[in-house]
Amino acid sequence: MDRTILLRVQDLRTRFHTPEGTIYAVNGISYKLGEGETLAVVGESGCGKSVSMMSILGLIPIPPGEIASGSALYQGRDLLQMTDAELEQVRGKEIAMIFQDPMTALNPVLTIGRQITEVLERHMGMNHQQAHLRAVELLEMVGIPSAAARLRDYPHQFSGGMRQRVMIAMALSCLPSILIADEPTTALDVTIQAQIVELVIRLREQVGLAMIWITHDLGVVAGLADRVNVMYAGFIVEEAPVDDLYDNPRHPYTLALLAALPRVDRRRDRRLKSIPGAPPNLLVEPHGCPFAPRCEFVIERCRAETPPLTPVAPGHQIACWVDIDTGAAR
Amino acid sequence: MSVTDEAIAIAPRFAADELEAPPLTLRQLTWRRFRRHKMAMFGTMMLVLLIFYSFAGALFFTEDYANLTDTSLRLQPPSREHPFGTDTVGRDILARTIYGGQISLLIGLTAMLVEVIVGVLIGAIAGYYGGWLDALLMRFTEAVFVIPSIFLLIVMAKTFGTEIPDLSLLGRTFSGSVIVVVLIIGLTSWMYLARIVRAQFISLKEREFILAARATGTPAWQIIWGHILPNTMAPIIVSATLSIAAAILSESYISFLGMGVQPPTATWGNMLQTASSDFTKIQNAPWFWVFPGLLIVLTVLSINFVGDGLRDALDPRSRAA
Amino acid sequence: MNQPEHPLVIVEHLTKHFPITRGIVIQRRVGAVQAVDDVSFTIARGETLGLVGESGCGKTTVGRTMLGLYPATSGTVLIDGHNVHTAKGRELMAVRRKAQIIFQDPFASLNPRWTVGAIVSEPIRVHKLYGSARERAERVQELLELVGLNRRLINRFPHEFSGGQRQRIGIARALASEPLFIVCDEPISALDVSIQAQVVNLLEDLQDRLGLTYLFIAHDLSMVRHICTRVAVMYLGVIVELADRNELYENPLHPYTRSLLSAVPVPDPKAARQRQRIVLEGDVPSPINPPGGCRFHTRCPIAVARCAGERPAWRELGSHHFVACHRA
Repeated sequence: MDRTILLRVQDLRTRFHTPEGTIYAVNGISYKLGEGETLAVVGESGCGKSVSMMSILGLIPIPPGEIASGSALYQGRDLLQMTDAELEQVRGKEIAMIFQDPMTALNPVLTIGRQITEVLERHMGMNHQQAHLRAVELLEMVGIPSAAARLRDYPHQFSGGMRQRVMIAMALSCLPSILIADEPTTALDVTIQAQIVELVIRLREQVGLAMIWITHDLGVVAGLADRVNVMYAGFIVEEAPVDDLYDNPRHPYTLALLAALPRVDRRRDRRLKSIPGAPPNLLVEPHGCPFAPRCEFVIERCRAETPPLTPVAPGHQIACWVDIDTGAAR
Repeated sequence: MSVTDEAIAIAPRFAADELEAPPLTLRQLTWRRFRRHKMAMFGTMMLVLLIFYSFAGALFFTEDYANLTDTSLRLQPPSREHPFGTDTVGRDILARTIYGGQISLLIGLTAMLVEVIVGVLIGAIAGYYGGWLDALLMRFTEAVFVIPSIFLLIVMAKTFGTEIPDLSLLGRTFSGSVIVVVLIIGLTSWMYLARIVRAQFISLKEREFILAARATGTPAWQIIWGHILPNTMAPIIVSATLSIAAAILSESYISFLGMGVQPPTATWGNMLQTASSDFTKIQNAPWFWVFPGLLIVLTVLSINFVGDGLRDALDPRSRAA
Repeated sequence: MNQPEHPLVIVEHLTKHFPITRGIVIQRRVGAVQAVDDVSFTIARGETLGLVGESGCGKTTVGRTMLGLYPATSGTVLIDGHNVHTAKGRELMAVRRKAQIIFQDPFASLNPRWTVGAIVSEPIRVHKLYGSARERAERVQELLELVGLNRRLINRFPHEFSGGQRQRIGIARALASEPLFIVCDEPISALDVSIQAQVVNLLEDLQDRLGLTYLFIAHDLSMVRHICTRVAVMYLGVIVELADRNELYENPLHPYTRSLLSAVPVPDPKAARQRQRIVLEGDVPSPINPPGGCRFHTRCPIAVARCAGERPAWRELGSHHFVACHRA
């Protein structure tokens, strides 16, 4: 699919320096995001999915954080080289981000109306009248009933699902080209999650938005993403179009993850396959394939050399030395 | 929690299945943080010196010497035989500060114990059981709280002051009024701690590990003593430390007013009292009140520094190690 | 699945309201959170009953009230013949031995100042199950191995373990009193996907080996389908549907169950695209002031006038398939 590439990340490495040692949170990831595309970043806790996004937007405190290497090209400019002032122009206006807990992003002592209009006035240069009208439009767009009245309410007067809608409204208020969503529905009930996902799909079509959706939930990903990056221990281990990933997973970790999921739409046919061992110790500099200690297909080479991402099918790459069908080296 | 905090928290330190050396225990972590607090370390050193002064100093002077009156030597300024001078009846002030220090420090410690026992008991019961028992205990606490403490001290001192005979303990004889003073101070200062302990109990009572203990069938007193109390130690320790200083000051107040420890037993507080009985003495014989006063100030300050250091070191939210 | 004559657990018309009071000196009752309202079900020996619903539906309150951790506002709970809320002394201790609980939060459910050994041995000590300290220690080590932990970790503290390992410690503690019945209150919700599978497999193994009975409280409908034999669906304090596992998922009768099932994401992009989603409007009403009649009528896509006025009866439609709905 020939899309314009909006964001190109190359070899990003992020570390944290703590009294107990250095945490190797992100270890050289590269990917691209095309216009109008939805990229899902999937992984369990500690895999680096959130940290990698925060690094791009300059939201990692330095110190203790450190962006050891990498570039993130957005419209020809490297976000990682920008000053705070320049990043502030990009954040919110061109690349918006929404989080798992809207309460941390919303100011509890200001009304929702004030918070939205402030952003509109600052970034879009509207006057108060225009900003107010636009704020009402935005709340209606995300499906909040009695939008005009609700502008006078405070964040705590909204339910979890409503707050997340407000966050989406605020994020979209400046017509960004990219929306980064960090586990926005993880804390929500299943029916509310479905509402939000529905909303996001509708808005995506309306506005032509490119999205990066970070989650651990492989179910949500299946319904939302165009492409998927699977992360483990700060590496991208598999990258594929969504249909390919579920039909034909090629990395042992992805395979194991899918085998560990129960299904709501099928009868139980066997025990869940659990992954033996424990998540890796991020305090140790990665050497070899990070998944090697827990992998059932491991060979000698896996422990010695870190596999790079290499293609296995069109648009489909894995970081693995082994072919899972044959068990032999690739 | 910010993403950074989360990233740092989630990174597993080691897999407990591998039996490497465990990371620092809570106690070691607390000590490390305490060590960094310069004022607290200074306070600790001062305190150690003061305790050494009062207890090892007794090796140089006998108690009899401290109580030895010799009116021919009265009101002498500091000299080589009497480095702190002598008082109105010719007693050596240096020796008296040593023995007085023992009593003052002892009073501080034991009053703190009374206060902690009463405060924790009331706070724990009120916090754990709630309901009418809580309401009753708290109204009582508030009532005692509201009465000015000095007034209480004076009234209790007057009522019970002279009832108890002298006692001997650890090779020393001292006036029974010491016990009275300890009880009075302890029983008029427990309220603050009771409130803190109650608040802690109320919040901890709903934690899941307490529900688990109840589901196991653990009896209430075991839950209070074994589960909740150990998790309340931080505010209790800090409060107890600071209350030693407060007790020493309270003792000075009531002794200064003549209603505390009775002579000949010396305390820093009642030494101040003797000094103030005549205004000319304050002016002309400053060595009377300067030395005991200085010792009180140094002790109270050191304890407060230590208390501050402990409060910071025990705060679980502080992530610096 | 046959309904047995002597189920291990019988819950009848269980109601739990939390009073809301106001006032400084004298507390006046101004309302109540109607967390659980007239809930009834039974659990057979060796069975796993799933209790699902979204936040605020009362499922956690049911689990805790059943064990007597909260006093019941009304109704009875019988575990192995003992009435949980009226039992005293020895009988209460017997109930506490036979019925245990595992919690959701692996960080809050263990006392941070106790060693793993002390935590797991507490039930053994309290119920005086083994005489000497050495026998107790041996038993604790056995339990640790049973849940897949290295027995030499007995002197470590909870903060030294990962979430999944702490959950295992919680399970070991629950097993220490040799119970018949365990309430699993969202035991895997706080864990990563790969660890969830480990813990669920462990729970199943233990059930097979020790003949345990579970009440599995969860909001993850996929996991519930995987592990449970029968499933009950709760909404705002009432059970709206109860059926055998496959029957519920393949033939849901209550409109809430239907919309809940359609909202669960499925890890299959093609299926996801073809799905017919029944998306409910609005938010869950507050349990302080629940809607009258059928509690679901305010969001129900097929509600009629009757639903607002009359509370639906609990009826059996089909073999062991119960529903509370006027339209089913």
